Amino acid sequence: MSTEVFKVEDGTDYAAHPAPVIEPPRARTARTPKATRTNFELYGWLFMRVSGVLLVVLVLGHLLIQLVLEGGVSKVSFAFVAGRWASPFWQAWDLIMLWLAMLHGANGLRTIINDYAERDTTRFWLKMLLYTATVFTVLLGTLVIFTFDPNIR
Amino acid sequence: MATPTLEKTDEAPADAGHLVTVTFRIRRFNPEEAPDAFWEDFELRIDPKERVLDALHQIKWEQDGTLTFRRSCAHGICGSDAMRINGKNRLACKTLIKDITDIKDGVAAKPVTVEAIKGLTVLKDLVVDMDPFFQAYRDVMPFLITSGNEPTRERLQSSADRERFDDTTKCILCAACTSSCPVFWNDGQYFGPAAIVNAHRFIFDSRDEGGEQRLEILNDRDGVWRCRTTFNCTDACPRGIEVTKAIQEVKRALITRRF
Ligand code: HEM
Ligand code: SF4
Ligand code: FES
Repeated sequence: MSTEVFKVEDGTDYAAHPAPVIEPPRARTARTPKATRTNFELYGWLFMRVSGVLLVVLVLGHLLIQLVLEGGVSKVSFAFVAGRWASPFWQAWDLIMLWLAMLHGANGLRTIINDYAERDTTRFWLKMLLYTATVFTVLLGTLVIFTFDPNIR
Repeated sequence: MATPTLEKTDEAPADAGHLVTVTFRIRRFNPEEAPDAFWEDFELRIDPKERVLDALHQIKWEQDGTLTFRRSCAHGICGSDAMRINGKNRLACKTLIKDITDIKDGVAAKPVTVEAIKGLTVLKDLVVDMDPFFQAYRDVMPFLITSGNEPTRERLQSSADRERFDDTTKCILCAACTSSCPVFWNDGQYFGPAAIVNAHRFIFDSRDEGGEQRLEILNDRDGVWRCRTTFNCTDACPRGIEVTKAIQEVKRALITRRF
């Protein structure tokens, strides 16, 4: 991405020639930041796999209950949700599924942004948008699960 | 076309029965002449048992002396001539024309495409800037690290210990793997398979004591965790190294170190 003068071994100044040399994005140089010495990426990688295994059970179970068993999607109504959330078991199921799916999805999108966004500012703002949306959705969902009032009119 | 080619002689080759006609479609780029790269076709009469490198030589020596590519050993050991041949990264000197063409009645059905490897700056025709590739190689410290006094004798090692990293000693640093990796194409900050292979070669060497440092380097943002297991690198490696497996072994070493 740098616009600096491009030099090859023999010192040829390619910037002086008519064709702009197309550099690939984010090339590694001696100035590339050195190791940060955290285990963040390791834990992120592990989390994707562990949460994936749990999501198989949680999401497929969820879909089965909502869409297939006992009348299919047409039975899903306010009363149905109220009935399920009366039980702490389904509250916990939905809460864990919400958090795992959101963090799994957000970390997956972070990977995709790291793969595809080239400019540092683009990367930064896309991630800020992602994190904001994630925090908002997780907090709103958690709030609803805990404060759901079946007698609301 | 100032660069000279061999003088043409009119006499036909004595026995040309084994020759076939193959079109080579080569991605040309010369920043001193035109801003854009373009495809150029060269039709050759060539023995299909020859290699793509021989075809490039024939083009350069007999048709267009400006065709630019790297090669040194011509025998698959220096790692100079990795290029994208028919869309796959290979060494031109190890790729036989008969293996990548469908020859009917002495004519190849489709042209053979040859282009520079991807993800590195193209300087001219098939020559790319290898600096970022070797920078990543340097960054994993690809040399023996030990502490204490140097032994007066050879550092001995059991054959089982030697076997542990045998596969990754075969790397010739051709960049076929790294330049086949879609993560590297989009983000050159990623160390890439070749650097990880060469770190693996020392991490799993019982004589080396720098394994911890190298694992720490590859535990970083741009280290092994960016690998998405696409296996492009394993498919590309002209030395048959199980590149993806080596990367997974480094990941496993990092995880077992932590837990
Ligand atoms: C059903 C069970 C699921 C399993 C077993 C699973 C497993 C995985 C694994 C192992 C990865 C990492 C891939 C890699 O590192 O190369 C991943 C990536 C990802 N997951 Fe899931 N996941 C599941 C459900 C979900 C759900 C519900 C979402 C959306 C909220 C989601 C969104 C993503 C995204 C966006 C990525 C990144 C894509 C990529 O790396 O190419 N996944 N998943
Ligand atoms: S691992 Fe194979 S493809 Fe990669 S640089 Fe080494 S020899 Fe080339
Ligand atoms: S020319 Fe040395 S590897 Fe092909």
